[in-house]
Amino acid sequence: MKPVKFDYLPARDGAEAVRLLTEHGDEAKCIAGGQSLGPMLNLRLARPAVLVDLHRAEDLTGVEESRDAIVYGGAVRHADFEDGRVPDAARGMLPLVASRIAYRAVRNRGTLGGSLSHADPAADWVCVMTGLGATYLLRGKKGVREVAAENFIQAAFMTELAPNEILAGVRVPKLSDSARWGYYKFCKKVGEFSQATGVVVVDPERGYCRVLVGALDSPPVPLEPVAEALAADGPDGAVAVLDAAVDTALGDYPQVNRQLYKVAVRRALAQIGATR
Amino acid sequence: MNKTGIGARVRRLEDDRLVHGRSRYVGDIKMPGMCDVAFLRSPLAHARIKAVNKPDGLESRILCAADLDGVRPIVAESTLPSYRTSEHWPLARDKVRFVGEPVAMAIGRNRAEAEDLLEEIDLQLEALPPVINGAVSMAEDAPRLHEEWDDNMFLKLAVGQDPAGARENAEVVVTRQFRTARQVMNPMEGKGVVAWWDYRDGQLVVTTSTQVPHVIRNGLSRCLGIDESLIRVIAPEVGGGFGYKCILQPEEIAVAWLAWTRRKPFRWLEDRREHLTAGANTREHQYSVTAYADRRGRLLGMDAEVTVDVGAYSVWPFTAGLEAAQAGGNLPGPYDFREYRCQVNAPATNKPPFTPYRGVARPGVCFAMELTIDAIAREVGREPWEVRAENLVPADAMPYVNVTNKHYDTGDYPGSLMRAKDAIGFDQVRERQKTPEADGRLIGVGFATYTEQSAHGSKVFAQWGLALVPGYDEARIKLTPDGGVEVRVGIQSIGQGLQTTLAQVASEILSIPVDRIRVLMGDTGTTPYSYGAFASRGIVMAGGAVSRAAEALAERIRVMAARALDCTPEQVRLEDDRVHGPNGSLSFAEVGHIWYLRPDELPEGDRHGGLEVTEAYRPKTDHGVFSYASHAVVVAVDPQTGKVELLDYVIVEDAGKVVNPMIVEGQTIGGAVQGIGTALFEEVTYDDQGQPLSSTLADYHLPGAAEAPHIRIQHTESPSPHTAHGIKGVGEGGAIAPGGAIVNAINDALAGHGVEINQIPATPERILGALLKAGAGKENAS
Repeated sequence: MKPVKFDYLPARDGAEAVRLLTEHGDEAKCIAGGQSLGPMLNLRLARPAVLVDLHRAEDLTGVEESRDAIVYGGAVRHADFEDGRVPDAARGMLPLVASRIAYRAVRNRGTLGGSLSHADPAADWVCVMTGLGATYLLRGKKGVREVAAENFIQAAFMTELAPNEILAGVRVPKLSDSARWGYYKFCKKVGEFSQATGVVVVDPERGYCRVLVGALDSPPVPLEPVAEALAADGPDGAVAVLDAAVDTALGDYPQVNRQLYKVAVRRALAQIGATR
Repeated sequence: MNKTGIGARVRRLEDDRLVHGRSRYVGDIKMPGMCDVAFLRSPLAHARIKAVNKPDGLESRILCAADLDGVRPIVAESTLPSYRTSEHWPLARDKVRFVGEPVAMAIGRNRAEAEDLLEEIDLQLEALPPVINGAVSMAEDAPRLHEEWDDNMFLKLAVGQDPAGARENAEVVVTRQFRTARQVMNPMEGKGVVAWWDYRDGQLVVTTSTQVPHVIRNGLSRCLGIDESLIRVIAPEVGGGFGYKCILQPEEIAVAWLAWTRRKPFRWLEDRREHLTAGANTREHQYSVTAYADRRGRLLGMDAEVTVDVGAYSVWPFTAGLEAAQAGGNLPGPYDFREYRCQVNAPATNKPPFTPYRGVARPGVCFAMELTIDAIAREVGREPWEVRAENLVPADAMPYVNVTNKHYDTGDYPGSLMRAKDAIGFDQVRERQKTPEADGRLIGVGFATYTEQSAHGSKVFAQWGLALVPGYDEARIKLTPDGGVEVRVGIQSIGQGLQTTLAQVASEILSIPVDRIRVLMGDTGTTPYSYGAFASRGIVMAGGAVSRAAEALAERIRVMAARALDCTPEQVRLEDDRVHGPNGSLSFAEVGHIWYLRPDELPEGDRHGGLEVTEAYRPKTDHGVFSYASHAVVVAVDPQTGKVELLDYVIVEDAGKVVNPMIVEGQTIGGAVQGIGTALFEEVTYDDQGQPLSSTLADYHLPGAAEAPHIRIQHTESPSPHTAHGIKGVGEGGAIAPGGAIVNAINDALAGHGVEINQIPATPERILGALLKAGAGKENAS
């Protein structure tokens, strides 16, 4: 279980990463924390001839804060959120979510951009960033383009990223003081991949309300009737329409799985009641 | 009292090097010119090999079965009636019989290069229909794994007699089917071997991660067809064995053959993916049990069938029959009843060869038996602990010979259960259950009691059909010139702290503190014979040998000291790290000094055997000595998700005279956590083509720190009359009961919902699936 031979090219910044990726074309792949790609390399499921390493790229490890939003560099690590080394745009949500990603050893190396680009539907950031209505900044040869989180993942492990693009940053809108959120994931054991994830974000000041079910076979699915009921009638109203909404959205899933998805969203909704 | 003798809470001598990462495992060994070996493994569960084509120019770096001149297959003989042997070639010939079976090997300067070479091999297979489980294997028209056989059965055995009387008199009959999953042992360190030719000694040196170095030497001699004197097997530090490192491995033979024929160093290190596929080799049982009882739940008899899915080949030396034969013999457990019959089946399947794992068969039989007891209790409307206590062999019946001729030596089985019941706070749990939990979870309490036959003697192994029968263990002990001690034993430490406990046994007799006692082990070149570390035999067998050797050394010290102390040997006492006579005393260094450095002070013509002694030991009886324990657990089951949390866990264990309580606690906790894995998490699943679906640790779930509850242990001591110092073995025990105790607790929690779990692991999917099927999953608000 050792990788196929590859060349290792560390990038100084995002622009150099894009240049290296363009130069090497299909042969190249980028690596940041390596927590997903590492095992794929070792299993020889991924066989790039060139690895472009982003994890020391200066402009990808920083944070830019503005009045309404924070842009996190793609190579910011999970542990940076957990330990408060980067500011939190979401009133406690980002540190909490980060602190429950896999195990500490994974969080020490794994990155925000890496996790999103890998696009595992069960990944925490994939669900949470979609729930927060984040925008992804994709840097390519012609500069940076913006893609909304919900449009970024096409299917499990497939994204909008072109081969020579990198996920340079993630812009997360700041939650208002009155905003509330809920996050629940069901894992067989601590640190394992989620089997059912519920994300709820409600920010009345901004007129924002989103309810998602995640850890599916595909990207997270918004439960619009539940979000509408939440905005209109609060958590109890949302729970009242939840089961029907999940049955409609996930009718193809086995009963046991649907039950877990309902529970995950219901428990995320229950957290809305408790002010944070 | 001797501060480092038997019974002392001595800190493990091993831990400093282990926790600082300073020890030396197979993977730490580097030899000049060493090449790495990688194995091409079968991608199919069952297929005929049409061709193994190597690219031109790589003939010397890629080898298949035809290249291994002189190599013989692994053949594990057994004397059990109906037993069939299999030929397991180190590299497959003609057919492959499980996914992961080695077919060819490649040699590289490093592992990556060796794996590159594997990709150059053109392996042509003709797929055959796979035999994916025991039921398929035993079907009339099943495809044949070993074509020379007239069915797929390694073993069919009928144990006991028709329980006709019990059937006739029964007021209650309970019938259940139970299943346990296929598991992977997952020692932290995988298997590994480095082999080279030692020109000075004229020996093939095989450094391998094994529990049984002396046995591996015997096995390599058989399979390579060379004399044992030409082979030296060294076990360096071993990072967990659990049974996986107790057998002769095909890769060991292949790598040893390379070093033997090419006179150069070669290495193979198993990786986790190889382990999770080719090492998926244990625990998979199916039971059909009918129990007969009276209306109070007193067992009258049992009629059972056990099928063990034993995989494609018979492992050496333990055979494909040992697990099944033990299951049939051990199912009655600690219970007192007189009518028993069990049909035992060991069908071959297209899976890795079955290997006995910590607890050997007993985690399965304990699960089946303990769930049966609880099912009887529910049937007669009594508390499971009451029914259990009334059926356990009572203390005043000891020594007791059970229905399958097991000789229980000492102990108070019902007493252990009652202590566990009190310690877990049974009455408080029943009280708590009267009020719904705020979080909607369901509380349950469960028990399991078992016996652990440890340190089986020769006759027991002979009964299980083994051709290679364990018996005596040997120890060599030496007083050094400066008054220290070296102990050499052929047994191997695999993490269980034997260096500490064997030093404590020597310390007990010599009165020398353990920090001056070195225990050297695991090397056929420097240690006397031992069958090795398995079956909870180490501290009884090697401990007994060290005890006997230390006694012999003490006698020689007394003789020597008597001359210097001007008294008779009988007057000399070894106490407080000194040698005392009636009128004075000597240090051990002074004794050593006389013998080694100033023999001129000894009388001329003196005959003395010296200060180094080898002794062999075997307990007074061959029946084995029986440790036992009761586990009690409180669970919370989330009926919305099926998830189980262990809220409290109590173990009341009895391992006879305890050499080091901290080590017994560590062994018990470690075993129990593995048992929690068996109960709740671990399962190798296969698709309908026999492809394993859990080839990484993302899919095969081991319990971690967060899943292990704080385990509270109580010790009791019923010394065995048959062993040195009354010691019993305890290494496996912790792993036996968790499946039974935890699932009994789950079923207690679910009792009001018309749901009963009879399969492990009891995963959220299984529990939630059962609840949804019973229409109960959505009743409670979250």
